[in-house]
Amino acid sequence: MDPIISIKGLSKSYASGFEALKSVDLDIRRGEIFALLGPNGAGKTTLINIVCGIVNASAGTVHADGHDIVRDYRAARAKIGLVPQELSTDAFESVLATLKFSRGLFGKAPDPAHLERVLRALSLWDKRNNKIMTLSGGMKRRVLIAKALSHEPQILFLDEPTAGVDVELRRDMWQMVRELRTSGVTIILTTHYIEEAEEMADRIGVINKGELILVEDKNVLMRKLGKKQLTLQLQTPLAAIPPSLGGLPLELADDGNALVYTFDTQSEQTGIAALLRQLSEQGIDFKDLHSSESSLEEIFVSLVHGGSKGARA
Amino acid sequence: MNWHAIRAIYRFEMARTFRTITQSIASPVLSTSLYFVVFGAAIGSRMGAIDGVSYGAFIIPGLIMLSLLNESISNASFGIYMPKWAGTIYELLSAPVSAIEIVFGYVGAAATKSLMLGALILITARLFVPYEVVHPFWMLGFLLLTAVTFSLFGFIIGLWADDWQKLQVIPLMIITPMTFLGGAFYSINMLPPLWQKITLFNPVVYLISGFRWSFYGVADVNIVVSVSAIVGFLLACLFAVWWIFRTGWKLKV
Ligand SMILES: Nc1ncnc2c1ncn2[C@@H]1O[C@H](COP(=O)(O)OP(=O)(O)OP(=O)(O)O)[C@@H](O)[C@H]1O
Ligand SMILES: [Mg+2]
Repeated sequence: MDPIISIKGLSKSYASGFEALKSVDLDIRRGEIFALLGPNGAGKTTLINIVCGIVNASAGTVHADGHDIVRDYRAARAKIGLVPQELSTDAFESVLATLKFSRGLFGKAPDPAHLERVLRALSLWDKRNNKIMTLSGGMKRRVLIAKALSHEPQILFLDEPTAGVDVELRRDMWQMVRELRTSGVTIILTTHYIEEAEEMADRIGVINKGELILVEDKNVLMRKLGKKQLTLQLQTPLAAIPPSLGGLPLELADDGNALVYTFDTQSEQTGIAALLRQLSEQGIDFKDLHSSESSLEEIFVSLVHGGSKGARA
Repeated sequence: MNWHAIRAIYRFEMARTFRTITQSIASPVLSTSLYFVVFGAAIGSRMGAIDGVSYGAFIIPGLIMLSLLNESISNASFGIYMPKWAGTIYELLSAPVSAIEIVFGYVGAAATKSLMLGALILITARLFVPYEVVHPFWMLGFLLLTAVTFSLFGFIIGLWADDWQKLQVIPLMIITPMTFLGGAFYSINMLPPLWQKITLFNPVVYLISGFRWSFYGVADVNIVVSVSAIVGFLLACLFAVWWIFRTGWKLKV
Protein backbone atom coordinates (compact mmCIF):
# COMPACT_ATOMS: atom_id res chain seq x y z
CA MET A 1 0.00 0.00 0.00
CA ASP A 2 1.26 3.49 -0.74
CA PRO A 3 2.06 5.60 2.29
CA ILE A 4 -0.58 7.99 3.62
CA ILE A 5 2.07 10.60 4.24
CA SER A 6 5.17 10.84 2.14
CA ILE A 7 7.90 13.28 3.12
CA LYS A 8 10.84 13.78 0.79
CA GLY A 9 13.96 15.83 1.34
CA LEU A 10 12.23 18.09 3.84
CA SER A 11 14.42 20.88 5.18
CA LYS A 12 13.70 23.92 7.25
CA SER A 13 15.86 26.89 8.03
CA TYR A 14 14.21 29.47 10.24
CA ALA A 15 14.68 33.17 9.60
CA SER A 16 17.45 33.14 12.21
CA GLY A 17 19.34 30.81 9.88
CA PHE A 18 18.87 27.91 12.26
CA GLU A 19 18.51 24.60 10.47
CA ALA A 20 15.70 22.81 12.28
CA LEU A 21 15.27 20.02 9.73
CA LYS A 22 17.94 18.57 7.47
CA SER A 23 16.57 16.76 4.47
CA VAL A 24 14.17 14.42 6.20
CA ASP A 25 12.65 11.49 4.30
CA LEU A 26 9.80 9.68 5.96
CA ASP A 27 6.84 7.58 4.92
CA ILE A 28 3.91 7.05 7.26
CA ARG A 29 1.91 3.93 6.58
CA ARG A 30 -1.82 3.92 6.32
CA GLY A 31 -3.50 3.10 9.62
CA GLU A 32 -0.43 2.92 11.81
CA ILE A 33 0.49 4.65 15.04
CA PHE A 34 3.82 6.31 14.49
CA ALA A 35 5.75 7.75 17.41
CA LEU A 36 8.29 10.47 16.79
CA LEU A 37 10.85 10.65 19.54
CA GLY A 38 13.63 13.11 20.09
CA PRO A 39 15.07 15.45 22.69
CA ASN A 40 13.89 19.03 23.12
CA GLY A 41 14.57 21.09 20.04
CA ALA A 42 15.10 18.06 17.80
CA GLY A 43 12.63 19.33 15.21
CA LYS A 44 9.53 17.25 15.95
CA THR A 45 7.12 20.17 16.13
CA THR A 46 8.73 21.79 13.11
CA LEU A 47 8.14 18.63 11.09
CA ILE A 48 4.52 18.38 12.17
CA ASN A 49 3.87 22.07 11.59
CA ILE A 50 5.17 21.87 8.05
CA VAL A 51 2.93 18.92 7.23
CA CYS A 52 -0.05 20.75 8.73
CA GLY A 53 0.62 23.99 6.86
CA ILE A 54 1.65 26.18 9.78
CA VAL A 55 5.30 26.48 8.84
CA ASN A 56 6.67 26.86 5.33
CA ALA A 57 9.27 24.30 4.29
CA SER A 58 12.58 25.57 2.95
CA ALA A 59 12.98 22.57 0.65
CA GLY A 60 11.39 19.22 -0.03
CA THR A 61 7.87 17.95 -0.58
CA VAL A 62 5.11 16.44 1.49
CA HIS A 63 2.16 14.48 0.18
CA ALA A 64 -0.82 13.66 2.38
CA ASP A 65 -2.99 10.92 0.98
CA GLY A 66 -1.55 11.68 -2.42
CA HIS A 67 -2.13 15.43 -2.26
CA ASP A 68 0.76 17.86 -2.31
CA ILE A 69 0.39 19.93 0.86
CA VAL A 70 1.22 23.17 -0.94
CA ARG A 71 -0.30 22.87 -4.39
CA ASP A 72 -3.32 20.85 -3.31
CA TYR A 73 -3.59 22.19 0.23
CA ARG A 74 -7.35 22.02 0.47
CA ALA A 75 -7.58 18.30 -0.16
CA ALA A 76 -4.52 17.58 1.96
CA ARG A 77 -5.56 19.64 4.97
CA ALA A 78 -9.14 18.43 4.97
CA LYS A 79 -7.76 15.02 5.90
CA ILE A 80 -5.51 16.18 8.70
CA GLY A 81 -6.27 16.94 12.33
CA LEU A 82 -3.70 18.56 14.59
CA VAL A 83 -3.39 18.71 18.35
CA PRO A 84 -0.66 21.26 18.90
CA GLN A 85 1.92 21.13 21.62
CA GLU A 86 1.04 24.56 22.98
CA LEU A 87 -2.21 24.90 24.90
CA SER A 88 -3.67 27.64 22.73
CA THR A 89 -7.39 28.00 23.22
CA ASP A 90 -10.07 30.62 22.83
CA ALA A 91 -10.39 31.44 26.49
CA PHE A 92 -13.81 33.09 26.29
CA GLU A 93 -15.51 30.52 24.09
CA SER A 94 -17.52 27.59 25.36
CA VAL A 95 -16.25 24.09 24.69
CA LEU A 96 -19.07 23.23 22.34
CA ALA A 97 -18.83 26.51 20.43
CA THR A 98 -15.15 26.03 19.80
CA LEU A 99 -15.80 22.54 18.45
CA LYS A 100 -18.48 23.83 16.11
CA PHE A 101 -16.03 26.43 14.91
CA SER A 102 -13.35 23.83 14.19
CA ARG A 103 -15.72 21.58 12.31
CA GLY A 104 -16.94 24.45 10.16
CA LEU A 105 -13.43 25.69 9.50
CA PHE A 106 -12.56 22.32 8.02
CA GLY A 107 -15.50 22.53 5.66
CA LYS A 108 -17.75 20.01 7.34
CA ALA A 109 -21.50 20.45 7.72
CA PRO A 110 -22.74 20.69 11.33
CA ASP A 111 -23.18 17.32 13.04
CA PRO A 112 -24.21 17.69 16.70
CA ALA A 113 -24.30 13.92 17.19
CA HIS A 114 -20.67 13.55 16.16
CA LEU A 115 -19.59 16.39 18.44
CA GLU A 116 -21.44 14.79 21.32
CA ARG A 117 -19.67 11.47 20.70
CA VAL A 118 -16.29 13.20 20.66
CA LEU A 119 -17.01 15.14 23.84
CA ARG A 120 -18.27 12.08 25.65
CA ALA A 121 -15.26 10.04 24.59
CA LEU A 122 -13.02 12.70 26.11
CA SER A 123 -15.12 13.09 29.27
CA LEU A 124 -15.90 16.67 28.33
CA TRP A 125 -19.63 16.40 27.75
CA ASP A 126 -20.46 17.81 31.18
CA LYS A 127 -18.23 20.77 30.46
CA ARG A 128 -19.61 21.56 27.02
CA ASN A 129 -21.13 24.86 28.07
CA ASN A 130 -18.24 25.99 30.20
CA LYS A 131 -15.92 28.69 29.05
CA ILE A 132 -12.55 27.21 28.19
CA MET A 133 -10.74 29.54 30.55
CA THR A 134 -12.49 27.86 33.47
CA LEU A 135 -11.06 24.43 32.61
CA SER A 136 -7.94 22.84 34.02
CA GLY A 137 -4.83 22.31 31.91
CA GLY A 138 -5.55 18.65 31.29
CA MET A 139 -9.10 19.49 30.25
CA LYS A 140 -7.85 22.14 27.85
CA ARG A 141 -5.56 19.56 26.32
CA ARG A 142 -8.59 17.35 25.78
CA VAL A 143 -10.50 20.25 24.27
CA LEU A 144 -7.71 20.58 21.72
CA ILE A 145 -7.99 16.87 20.96
CA ALA A 146 -11.77 17.22 20.64
CA LYS A 147 -11.31 20.14 18.24
CA ALA A 148 -9.01 18.05 16.06
CA LEU A 149 -11.46 15.14 16.07
CA SER A 150 -14.47 17.36 15.42
CA HIS A 151 -13.83 17.33 11.69
CA GLU A 152 -13.24 13.59 11.41
CA PRO A 153 -9.65 13.60 10.16
CA GLN A 154 -8.07 10.54 8.61
CA ILE A 155 -4.65 11.56 9.76
CA LEU A 156 -4.19 12.78 13.29
CA PHE A 157 -1.11 14.55 14.58
CA LEU A 158 -0.70 14.57 18.33
CA ASP A 159 2.16 16.80 19.42
CA GLU A 160 2.76 15.68 23.00
CA PRO A 161 -0.88 14.93 23.69
CA THR A 162 -0.37 13.63 27.18
CA ALA A 163 1.82 16.41 28.56
CA GLY A 164 0.15 17.51 31.78
CA VAL A 165 -2.50 14.80 31.72
CA ASP A 166 -2.86 12.61 34.79
CA VAL A 167 -2.08 8.90 34.72
CA GLU A 168 -5.63 7.65 34.61
CA LEU A 169 -6.63 9.99 31.84
CA ARG A 170 -3.50 9.15 29.96
CA ARG A 171 -4.58 5.52 29.93
CA ASP A 172 -8.01 6.58 28.68
CA MET A 173 -6.36 8.61 25.99
CA TRP A 174 -4.20 5.72 24.87
CA GLN A 175 -7.32 3.64 24.68
CA MET A 176 -8.99 6.29 22.59
CA VAL A 177 -6.04 6.52 20.24
CA ARG A 178 -6.14 2.77 19.75
CA GLU A 179 -9.84 2.92 18.99
CA LEU A 180 -9.19 5.67 16.49
CA ARG A 181 -6.63 3.51 14.82
CA THR A 182 -9.12 0.65 14.71
CA SER A 183 -11.54 2.96 12.93
CA GLY A 184 -8.88 3.57 10.30
CA VAL A 185 -7.24 6.79 11.46
CA THR A 186 -3.50 7.09 11.02
CA ILE A 187 -1.84 8.61 14.08
CA ILE A 188 1.47 10.38 14.37
CA LEU A 189 2.41 11.36 17.88
CA THR A 190 5.36 12.86 19.64
CA THR A 191 6.05 12.25 23.25
CA HIS A 192 8.69 12.50 25.91
CA TYR A 193 7.19 9.58 27.81
CA ILE A 194 9.01 6.68 26.29
CA GLU A 195 6.69 4.16 27.87
CA GLU A 196 3.96 5.83 25.88
CA ALA A 197 5.70 5.10 22.61
CA GLU A 198 6.53 1.63 23.82
CA GLU A 199 2.93 1.02 24.76
CA MET A 200 1.26 2.53 21.74
CA ALA A 201 3.39 2.78 18.65
CA ASP A 202 3.62 0.40 15.75
CA ARG A 203 6.69 2.16 14.47
CA ILE A 204 9.11 4.57 15.98
CA GLY A 205 11.16 7.32 14.45
CA VAL A 206 13.97 9.02 16.31
CA ILE A 207 14.91 12.53 15.34
CA ASN A 208 17.88 14.41 16.66
CA LYS A 209 19.19 17.84 15.67
CA GLY A 210 16.94 17.92 12.64
CA GLU A 211 17.99 14.55 11.33
CA LEU A 212 15.90 11.44 11.31
CA ILE A 213 18.41 8.98 12.67
CA LEU A 214 16.22 5.92 12.75
CA VAL A 215 12.84 4.60 11.70
CA GLU A 216 11.97 1.13 12.81
CA ASP A 217 9.20 -1.21 13.68
CA LYS A 218 8.88 -0.99 17.44
CA ASN A 219 9.22 -4.71 18.03
CA VAL A 220 12.18 -4.99 15.69
CA LEU A 221 13.79 -2.04 17.40
CA MET A 222 13.34 -3.55 20.81
CA ARG A 223 14.73 -6.84 19.61
CA LYS A 224 17.61 -5.37 17.68
CA LEU A 225 18.77 -2.87 20.20
CA GLY A 226 17.28 -4.35 23.31
CA LYS A 227 19.61 -5.99 25.76
CA LYS A 228 18.83 -8.40 28.50
CA GLN A 229 20.66 -8.52 31.73
CA LEU A 230 20.88 -11.27 34.26
CA THR A 231 21.72 -10.11 37.74
CA LEU A 232 22.99 -12.57 40.31
CA GLN A 233 22.96 -11.62 43.99
CA LEU A 234 26.07 -13.24 45.42
CA GLN A 235 26.37 -15.03 48.77
CA THR A 236 29.76 -13.51 49.39
CA PRO A 237 30.99 -10.37 47.69
CA LEU A 238 33.75 -10.59 45.12
CA ALA A 239 36.63 -8.19 44.92
CA ALA A 240 37.16 -8.83 41.23
CA ILE A 241 35.86 -11.02 38.48
CA PRO A 242 37.82 -14.27 38.54
CA PRO A 243 40.26 -14.50 35.61
CA SER A 244 38.67 -17.74 34.40
CA LEU A 245 35.45 -15.79 33.66
CA GLY A 246 37.35 -12.91 32.06
CA GLY A 247 36.14 -13.55 28.50
CA LEU A 248 32.47 -13.19 29.40
CA PRO A 249 30.39 -9.97 29.35
CA LEU A 250 30.32 -9.71 33.11
CA GLU A 251 30.39 -6.79 35.44
CA LEU A 252 30.49 -6.42 39.17
CA ALA A 253 27.87 -4.22 40.75
CA ASP A 254 26.63 -3.27 44.19
CA ASP A 255 30.11 -3.25 45.80
CA GLY A 256 30.85 -6.71 44.52
CA ASN A 257 27.61 -8.12 45.86
CA ALA A 258 26.07 -8.59 42.44
CA LEU A 259 27.28 -10.01 39.20
CA VAL A 260 25.63 -8.68 36.02
CA TYR A 261 25.65 -10.68 32.84
CA THR A 262 24.59 -8.87 29.67
CA PHE A 263 23.39 -10.79 26.67
CA ASP A 264 21.81 -10.15 23.36
CA THR A 265 18.15 -11.03 22.99
CA GLN A 266 18.70 -11.79 19.34
CA SER A 267 21.31 -14.53 19.62
CA GLU A 268 20.27 -18.12 19.74
CA GLN A 269 22.65 -18.99 22.51
CA THR A 270 22.29 -16.80 25.52
CA GLY A 271 25.15 -18.55 27.26
CA ILE A 272 23.32 -18.59 30.57
CA ALA A 273 23.60 -22.32 31.04
CA ALA A 274 27.35 -22.20 30.42
CA LEU A 275 27.72 -19.28 32.79
CA LEU A 276 25.88 -21.00 35.61
CA ARG A 277 27.99 -24.13 35.10
CA GLN A 278 31.20 -22.19 35.28
CA LEU A 279 30.06 -20.31 38.37
CA SER A 280 29.37 -23.51 40.25
CA GLU A 281 32.74 -24.87 39.13
CA GLN A 282 34.36 -21.75 40.59
CA GLY A 283 32.35 -22.22 43.76
CA ILE A 284 30.61 -18.87 43.43
CA ASP A 285 27.23 -19.18 45.10
CA PHE A 286 24.34 -16.84 44.60
CA LYS A 287 21.22 -16.37 46.63
CA ASP A 288 18.98 -14.72 44.06
CA LEU A 289 18.80 -13.92 40.38
CA HIS A 290 16.60 -11.90 38.09
CA SER A 291 16.69 -10.83 34.48
CA SER A 292 15.67 -7.52 32.97
CA GLU A 293 15.13 -6.15 29.51
CA SER A 294 16.29 -2.73 28.46
CA SER A 295 13.45 -0.31 27.90
CA LEU A 296 12.93 1.86 24.90
CA GLU A 297 14.10 4.71 27.03
CA GLU A 298 17.57 3.25 27.36
CA ILE A 299 17.65 2.49 23.67
CA PHE A 300 16.60 6.01 22.91
CA VAL A 301 19.15 7.62 25.19
CA SER A 302 21.95 5.52 23.79
CA LEU A 303 20.87 6.30 20.25
CA VAL A 304 20.71 10.02 20.68
CA HIS A 305 23.84 10.08 22.76
CA GLY A 306 25.71 7.85 20.33
CA GLY A 307 24.44 9.87 17.40
CA SER A 308 25.72 13.16 18.70
CA LYS A 309 29.06 11.61 19.59
CA GLY A 310 29.31 10.21 16.10
CA ALA A 311 28.57 13.60 14.60
CA ARG A 312 31.30 15.24 16.60
CA ALA A 313 33.93 12.64 15.76
CA MET B 1 -15.41 27.80 -1.78
CA ASN B 2 -15.39 26.51 1.77
CA TRP B 3 -18.67 28.11 2.82
CA HIS B 4 -18.76 26.28 6.11
CA ALA B 5 -15.47 27.91 7.02
CA ILE B 6 -16.64 31.40 6.10
CA ARG B 7 -19.74 30.87 8.18
CA ALA B 8 -17.74 29.49 11.11
CA ILE B 9 -15.39 32.48 11.17
CA TYR B 10 -18.22 34.95 10.70
CA ARG B 11 -20.25 33.45 13.52
CA PHE B 12 -17.26 33.25 15.80
CA GLU B 13 -16.56 36.93 15.26
CA MET B 14 -20.18 37.97 15.67
CA ALA B 15 -20.40 35.97 18.89
CA ARG B 16 -17.39 37.88 20.12
CA THR B 17 -19.17 41.17 19.36
CA PHE B 18 -22.24 40.25 21.29
CA ARG B 19 -20.15 38.98 24.16
CA THR B 20 -18.49 42.37 24.35
CA ILE B 21 -21.55 44.38 23.39
CA THR B 22 -20.82 47.26 25.76
CA GLN B 23 -17.38 47.76 24.35
CA SER B 24 -18.13 47.17 20.70
CA ILE B 25 -21.54 48.79 20.28
CA ALA B 26 -22.72 50.67 23.34
CA SER B 27 -19.59 52.69 23.96
CA PRO B 28 -19.23 54.12 20.44
CA VAL B 29 -22.94 55.00 20.41
CA LEU B 30 -22.61 56.71 23.74
CA SER B 31 -19.55 58.70 22.78
CA THR B 32 -21.17 59.81 19.54
CA SER B 33 -24.24 60.90 21.47
CA LEU B 34 -21.99 63.01 23.64
CA TYR B 35 -20.64 64.71 20.52
CA PHE B 36 -24.19 65.51 19.47
CA VAL B 37 -24.96 67.00 22.84
CA VAL B 38 -21.78 69.05 23.04
CA PHE B 39 -21.25 70.09 19.42
CA GLY B 40 -24.73 69.80 18.06
CA ALA B 41 -26.88 71.18 20.81
CA ALA B 42 -24.61 73.28 23.04
CA ILE B 43 -22.09 74.78 20.61
CA GLY B 44 -24.14 74.26 17.46
CA SER B 45 -26.89 76.54 18.65
CA ARG B 46 -24.41 79.44 18.47
CA MET B 47 -23.11 78.48 15.03
CA GLY B 48 -24.61 79.57 11.77
CA ALA B 49 -25.82 77.10 9.16
CA ILE B 50 -23.20 75.72 6.76
CA ASP B 51 -24.25 75.46 3.11
CA GLY B 52 -27.80 75.87 4.32
CA VAL B 53 -27.56 72.99 6.77
CA SER B 54 -27.86 73.58 10.51
CA TYR B 55 -24.65 72.84 12.36
CA GLY B 56 -26.21 70.03 14.39
CA ALA B 57 -27.27 68.27 11.22
CA PHE B 58 -24.06 69.16 9.40
CA ILE B 59 -21.87 67.15 11.75
CA ILE B 60 -23.95 63.95 11.62
CA PRO B 61 -22.35 62.38 8.53
CA GLY B 62 -18.88 63.23 9.79
CA LEU B 63 -19.56 61.76 13.21
CA ILE B 64 -20.90 58.57 11.70
CA MET B 65 -17.83 58.26 9.50
CA LEU B 66 -15.63 58.89 12.49
CA SER B 67 -17.15 55.99 14.42
CA LEU B 68 -17.30 53.80 11.37
CA LEU B 69 -13.62 54.25 10.59
CA ASN B 70 -12.48 53.70 14.14
CA GLU B 71 -14.71 50.74 14.81
CA SER B 72 -14.07 49.04 11.48
CA ILE B 73 -10.36 49.27 12.01
CA SER B 74 -10.36 48.26 15.64
CA ASN B 75 -12.82 45.39 15.20
CA ALA B 76 -11.09 43.85 12.24
CA SER B 77 -7.57 44.36 13.51
CA PHE B 78 -8.45 42.92 16.90
CA GLY B 79 -10.29 40.01 15.32
CA ILE B 80 -7.24 38.71 13.51
CA TYR B 81 -4.63 39.91 16.01
CA MET B 82 -6.26 38.02 18.88
CA PRO B 83 -5.72 34.50 17.46
CA LYS B 84 -2.15 35.42 16.59
CA TRP B 85 -1.56 36.57 20.11
CA ALA B 86 -3.34 33.65 21.78
CA GLY B 87 -1.75 31.11 19.42
CA THR B 88 -5.09 29.83 18.17
CA ILE B 89 -4.10 30.97 14.68
CA TYR B 90 -2.61 27.50 14.23
CA GLU B 91 -6.06 26.20 13.47
CA LEU B 92 -6.75 28.78 10.80
CA LEU B 93 -3.39 28.09 9.18
CA SER B 94 -3.89 24.33 9.22
CA ALA B 95 -7.46 24.46 7.92
CA PRO B 96 -8.44 23.96 4.28
CA VAL B 97 -9.31 27.62 3.83
CA SER B 98 -8.04 30.12 1.29
CA ALA B 99 -7.14 33.74 1.93
CA ILE B 100 -10.41 34.80 0.32
CA GLU B 101 -12.44 32.76 2.77
CA ILE B 102 -10.51 34.07 5.75
CA VAL B 103 -11.01 37.64 4.55
CA PHE B 104 -14.71 37.08 3.89
CA GLY B 105 -15.18 35.71 7.39
CA TYR B 106 -13.22 38.29 9.36
CA VAL B 107 -13.80 41.37 7.25
CA GLY B 108 -17.42 40.42 6.65
CA ALA B 109 -18.05 40.22 10.38
CA ALA B 110 -16.20 43.44 11.15
CA ALA B 111 -18.06 45.28 8.39
CA THR B 112 -21.38 43.92 9.65
CA LYS B 113 -20.64 45.28 13.10
CA SER B 114 -19.73 48.66 11.68
CA LEU B 115 -22.93 48.81 9.66
CA MET B 116 -24.97 47.94 12.74
CA LEU B 117 -23.16 50.65 14.58
CA GLY B 118 -23.72 53.15 11.79
CA ALA B 119 -27.43 52.40 11.78
CA LEU B 120 -27.60 52.79 15.55
CA ILE B 121 -25.87 56.16 15.43
CA LEU B 122 -28.20 57.33 12.66
CA ILE B 123 -31.16 56.45 14.82
CA THR B 124 -29.61 58.00 17.92
CA ALA B 125 -28.85 61.19 16.01
CA ARG B 126 -32.51 61.52 15.13
CA LEU B 127 -33.24 61.93 18.83
CA PHE B 128 -31.05 65.02 18.95
CA VAL B 129 -31.39 66.68 15.57
CA PRO B 130 -33.85 66.46 12.72
CA TYR B 131 -32.15 65.56 9.45
CA GLU B 132 -33.06 64.10 6.11
CA VAL B 133 -31.25 61.94 3.57
CA VAL B 134 -31.41 63.20 0.01
CA HIS B 135 -29.75 60.21 -1.63
CA PRO B 136 -30.50 57.19 0.60
CA PHE B 137 -29.01 54.64 -1.80
CA TRP B 138 -25.79 56.55 -2.04
CA MET B 139 -25.78 56.89 1.69
CA LEU B 140 -26.07 53.12 2.14
CA GLY B 141 -23.48 52.63 -0.57
CA PHE B 142 -21.03 54.91 1.24
CA LEU B 143 -21.69 53.17 4.54
CA LEU B 144 -21.10 49.77 3.02
CA LEU B 145 -18.04 50.77 1.07
CA THR B 146 -16.48 52.49 4.04
CA ALA B 147 -17.26 49.64 6.42
CA VAL B 148 -15.75 47.07 4.07
CA THR B 149 -12.73 49.13 3.08
CA PHE B 150 -11.71 50.10 6.57
CA SER B 151 -12.41 46.65 7.98
CA LEU B 152 -10.04 45.39 5.33
CA PHE B 153 -7.55 48.05 6.32
CA GLY B 154 -7.93 47.04 9.97
CA PHE B 155 -7.45 43.42 9.01
CA ILE B 156 -4.13 44.33 7.42
CA ILE B 157 -3.08 46.20 10.55
CA GLY B 158 -3.99 43.17 12.63
CA LEU B 159 -1.90 40.93 10.40
CA TRP B 160 1.00 43.33 10.49
CA ALA B 161 0.99 44.05 14.23
CA ASP B 162 3.07 41.76 16.37
CA ASP B 163 2.46 43.49 19.65
CA TRP B 164 -0.38 45.40 21.26
CA GLN B 165 1.30 48.72 20.75
CA LYS B 166 1.54 48.30 17.00
CA LEU B 167 -2.11 47.38 16.98
CA GLN B 168 -2.96 50.74 18.53
CA VAL B 169 -0.42 53.00 16.92
CA ILE B 170 -1.90 53.41 13.43
CA PRO B 171 -5.48 54.06 14.56
CA LEU B 172 -4.27 56.42 17.26
CA MET B 173 -1.51 58.30 15.50
CA ILE B 174 -2.80 58.38 11.94
CA ILE B 175 -6.49 57.60 11.64
CA THR B 176 -7.79 59.68 14.55
CA PRO B 177 -5.99 62.89 13.48
CA MET B 178 -7.07 62.31 9.89
CA THR B 179 -10.69 61.95 10.84
CA PHE B 180 -10.69 64.99 13.10
CA LEU B 181 -8.99 67.04 10.38
CA GLY B 182 -11.14 65.46 7.69
CA GLY B 183 -13.96 67.95 7.91
CA ALA B 184 -16.25 66.16 10.31
CA PHE B 185 -16.86 69.37 12.24
CA TYR B 186 -16.34 71.99 9.54
CA SER B 187 -16.53 72.54 5.83
CA ILE B 188 -13.09 72.78 4.30
CA ASN B 189 -14.20 76.04 2.69
CA MET B 190 -13.95 77.50 6.17
CA LEU B 191 -10.17 76.89 6.20
CA PRO B 192 -7.52 79.40 5.06
CA PRO B 193 -6.65 78.87 1.36
CA LEU B 194 -3.33 77.11 2.02
CA TRP B 195 -4.95 74.61 4.37
CA GLN B 196 -7.71 73.98 1.88
CA LYS B 197 -5.01 72.66 -0.46
CA ILE B 198 -3.14 70.66 2.18
CA THR B 199 -6.29 69.07 3.47
CA LEU B 200 -6.94 67.52 0.05
CA PHE B 201 -4.13 65.08 0.81
CA ASN B 202 -6.24 63.68 3.60
CA PRO B 203 -8.28 60.77 2.19
CA VAL B 204 -10.85 61.07 4.95
CA VAL B 205 -11.90 64.43 3.49
CA TYR B 206 -13.26 62.66 0.41
CA LEU B 207 -15.07 60.13 2.51
CA ILE B 208 -16.83 62.62 4.76
CA SER B 209 -17.56 65.02 1.93
CA GLY B 210 -19.09 62.27 -0.17
CA PHE B 211 -21.10 60.92 2.70
CA ARG B 212 -22.40 64.36 3.59
CA TRP B 213 -23.40 64.87 -0.03
CA SER B 214 -25.62 61.76 0.21
CA PHE B 215 -27.40 63.41 3.14
CA TYR B 216 -27.74 67.03 2.08
CA GLY B 217 -26.69 67.18 -1.54
CA VAL B 218 -23.80 69.54 -0.76
CA ALA B 219 -20.16 68.53 -0.92
CA ASP B 220 -16.69 70.02 -0.43
CA VAL B 221 -15.21 67.96 -3.24
CA ASN B 222 -16.72 66.46 -6.34
CA ILE B 223 -18.72 63.34 -5.58
CA VAL B 224 -17.04 61.41 -8.40
CA VAL B 225 -13.66 62.14 -6.86
CA SER B 226 -14.98 60.99 -3.49
CA VAL B 227 -16.20 57.67 -4.79
CA SER B 228 -13.04 57.10 -6.83
CA ALA B 229 -10.85 57.81 -3.81
CA ILE B 230 -12.56 55.30 -1.59
CA VAL B 231 -12.77 52.63 -4.29
CA GLY B 232 -9.08 53.20 -4.98
CA PHE B 233 -8.27 52.67 -1.33
CA LEU B 234 -10.40 49.53 -1.29
CA LEU B 235 -8.45 48.13 -4.24
CA ALA B 236 -5.16 48.98 -2.56
CA CYS B 237 -6.25 47.11 0.57
CA LEU B 238 -7.39 44.12 -1.48
CA PHE B 239 -4.06 44.02 -3.22
CA ALA B 240 -2.18 44.22 0.09
CA VAL B 241 -4.19 41.34 1.56
CA TRP B 242 -3.67 39.26 -1.54
CA TRP B 243 0.06 39.87 -1.36
CA ILE B 244 0.23 39.09 2.35
CA PHE B 245 -1.41 35.71 1.96
CA ARG B 246 0.54 34.89 -1.16
CA THR B 247 3.80 35.33 0.63
CA GLY B 248 2.64 34.07 4.02
CA TRP B 249 4.17 37.28 5.33
CA LYS B 250 3.96 37.62 9.15
CA LEU B 251 1.68 34.59 9.40
CA LYS B 252 3.99 31.71 8.67
CA VAL B 253 7.63 31.32 9.55
N1 LIG C 1 10.00 30.27 14.88
C1 LIG C 1 11.25 29.82 15.09
N2 LIG C 1 12.29 30.60 14.79
C2 LIG C 1 13.55 30.17 14.99
N3 LIG C 1 13.87 28.97 15.48
C3 LIG C 1 12.87 28.14 15.79
C4 LIG C 1 11.50 28.51 15.62
N4 LIG C 1 10.72 27.50 16.00
C5 LIG C 1 11.56 26.53 16.40
N5 LIG C 1 12.84 26.91 16.28
C6 LIG C 1 14.04 26.10 16.60
O1 LIG C 1 13.98 24.92 15.84
C7 LIG C 1 14.43 23.83 16.63
C8 LIG C 1 13.41 22.73 16.61
O2 LIG C 1 12.26 23.15 17.31
P1 LIG C 1 11.00 22.21 17.48
O3 LIG C 1 9.96 23.00 18.16
O4 LIG C 1 10.68 21.60 16.18
O5 LIG C 1 11.57 21.10 18.47
P2 LIG C 1 10.82 19.87 19.15
O6 LIG C 1 11.53 18.64 18.69
O7 LIG C 1 9.39 19.94 18.92
O8 LIG C 1 11.17 20.13 20.68
P3 LIG C 1 10.28 19.88 22.00
O9 LIG C 1 10.47 18.48 22.39
O10 LIG C 1 10.91 20.80 22.99
O11 LIG C 1 8.88 20.24 21.68
C9 LIG C 1 14.71 24.38 18.03
O12 LIG C 1 16.10 24.56 18.15
C10 LIG C 1 14.01 25.70 18.05
O13 LIG C 1 14.70 26.61 18.84
MG1 LIG D 1 7.78 20.19 20.07
